[in-house]
Amino acid sequence: MTSQLEAAEPAAQAAGPGDERPTRRGTLQYALSKAGGALFSIAMVIVGTFFVFRLLPGDPVRNLAQGRNMTPEQLDLERHRLGLDKPLIDQFFQFVGDTLRLDLGTSYEYKRPVLDMIGERIGPTLLLAGTGLVIAVSLGIWQGTRAGWRHGSRFDRFSTGASLVLWSVPTFWLGLLLMMVFGVGIGPIPGVLPFRGIESVDAPDGFAYFIDVGSHMVLPCLTLVAVVYAQYLLVMRSSLLEEVSQDYVTVARAKGLRDDEVRRRHAVPNALLPTVTLVFMRIGFVVGGAVTVETIFTWPGLGQLFYEAISVPDFTLMQGTFMLITVAVIVMNTLADVVYRMLDPRVRSA
Amino acid sequence: MTSVAAARRRLALSRFWADFRTHRAGVIGMVVLLAAVVLALVAPVFIDESVTSVVKGTGERWAAPSLGEPFGTDESGRSILLMVWWGSRTSLFIGFLAALLSIVIGTVVGITAGHFRGWLSALLMRVTDWFLVLPSLVTALVLAAILGGTTFTIVMAIGVTTWPSTARLIRAQTLSVEARPYIERSKALGAGHWHITTRHVLPNVAPLLLASTTLEVASAIVAESTLAFLGASSNRTSWGSMLRGSYDWGAATQGAWWYILIPGLAILVVVMAFTLVGRALEAVLNPRLRRAA
Repeated sequence: MTSQLEAAEPAAQAAGPGDERPTRRGTLQYALSKAGGALFSIAMVIVGTFFVFRLLPGDPVRNLAQGRNMTPEQLDLERHRLGLDKPLIDQFFQFVGDTLRLDLGTSYEYKRPVLDMIGERIGPTLLLAGTGLVIAVSLGIWQGTRAGWRHGSRFDRFSTGASLVLWSVPTFWLGLLLMMVFGVGIGPIPGVLPFRGIESVDAPDGFAYFIDVGSHMVLPCLTLVAVVYAQYLLVMRSSLLEEVSQDYVTVARAKGLRDDEVRRRHAVPNALLPTVTLVFMRIGFVVGGAVTVETIFTWPGLGQLFYEAISVPDFTLMQGTFMLITVAVIVMNTLADVVYRMLDPRVRSA
Repeated sequence: MTSVAAARRRLALSRFWADFRTHRAGVIGMVVLLAAVVLALVAPVFIDESVTSVVKGTGERWAAPSLGEPFGTDESGRSILLMVWWGSRTSLFIGFLAALLSIVIGTVVGITAGHFRGWLSALLMRVTDWFLVLPSLVTALVLAAILGGTTFTIVMAIGVTTWPSTARLIRAQTLSVEARPYIERSKALGAGHWHITTRHVLPNVAPLLLASTTLEVASAIVAESTLAFLGASSNRTSWGSMLRGSYDWGAATQGAWWYILIPGLAILVVVMAFTLVGRALEAVLNPRLRRAA
């Protein structure tokens, strides 16, 4: 009974601290096994997508046709064109083969290859989500460090309270409020920032173009940062709190180091690791935020494409964007696992 | 015997209450939460579905807040106050139901994965990790779009995408409970899987479940409003679909700030209340956090 229990405990406890020196081969092996797991997850996404999208109530062809009037002959023709008259198992292999060849089908609504449509939209999303993430992470880590180091101070209480509020705010509502206040303007105060699209209709050339895009990016970016950065702040704060009571911090102080040196050189680097992992782990959350933000501010990115696919609904487009987003998130998560292990020697022996 | 058990339970409860009372934010959240639930429950006594009807809008269109209409009116002259009140029923109902579904799935998977060892546990954790990685909002949107946006499918979509974190928490707790000697004693007395999981493990993880359910309701309400805002929900009045209306009708450009502010504030206040109560419960009930404090 007892031995059974011990066997089930995480391997971290089984392998003592001095058991085995971490080797480069160990890390490589770990990375390979993680990559294997990720491939399995991606395979599950493809299989899952196939079955979920065939769960559609009713006739898929009618669903695709969206109530347009079609004769039975036209429906049959369409069914044959989409390969829906074949047995399910044939359809399945066809789907898997096409997906692996990156052939995501043709959008029913826009009559264009889904992959091309996705390709056009990736740039704006990377720009918006990337900028937002960088700002959110730096701001969250900076403020979390300050709050955690002066635990219980007014700054700490204010930061924690503010992040709890931001955590509870629905992204889209914050976006609407910012749009109303800074985009449209309230009463006598005029709106100062553009809130539709990525560029003005009469977009200027050269350097002025960057300014134009930048000003269009302020509001969407602000919304994304506001809802995302709170969690980084809270995690940074609590992991710094855990480090503050460690012996090595006391030693560093006893050596006579100045307070901010203890913080910068000793406590923060250790507290940073869980936060960095979280950044990658919660990338799915950022993606969800991006869908909402892009929809509100009509930012021509992947999230808005996904939203368009849902509201039409255009199932081929929906399926393609869904698979792409999910696979991207899985890849990011796997990278986080591997990088974390390379950064933190403490988990390497585990 | 039973009186001893009852007395012990009473003692535990009063100790819990004494602990909980020291968390002022939690108590405030609890009061707000109770008020919101009571208001939602008694709503049918005073108003009915007709407050959401576009043809029965009594007021002027886009009327600013005044004494008669404290929160103003929308694009068809419906009272924002009454719609928020009526909408609280949908938002809270879906929030509670989705949280319940998510917690039930999470608990069953977590206890099963913690109690049974070997391939079953490994398989369940593999599935849990897979669901954990999926971007939940995007997945819920796909499910809601495919299955149609009825109340039932929205609850399903939220529940199915949010259970993995509960499953992990409960599995860890199950492992630590089953390591205790009295489980071994119980096994020696001939207790089966069902007896151990339902009579020993479940009561031990129940307090934690209470805390995570409360937090789960908060995120389910936000998820519901986001799905409704993005048009994945059918047109039942909820806070999210009101905000959708404000966006579609261009309330921002109309200067109708009340149409945007009020439903969102309703979401914020209720979600904050759930979060505060959940955090206070967690601080009181989670032994790991208590030790740290």
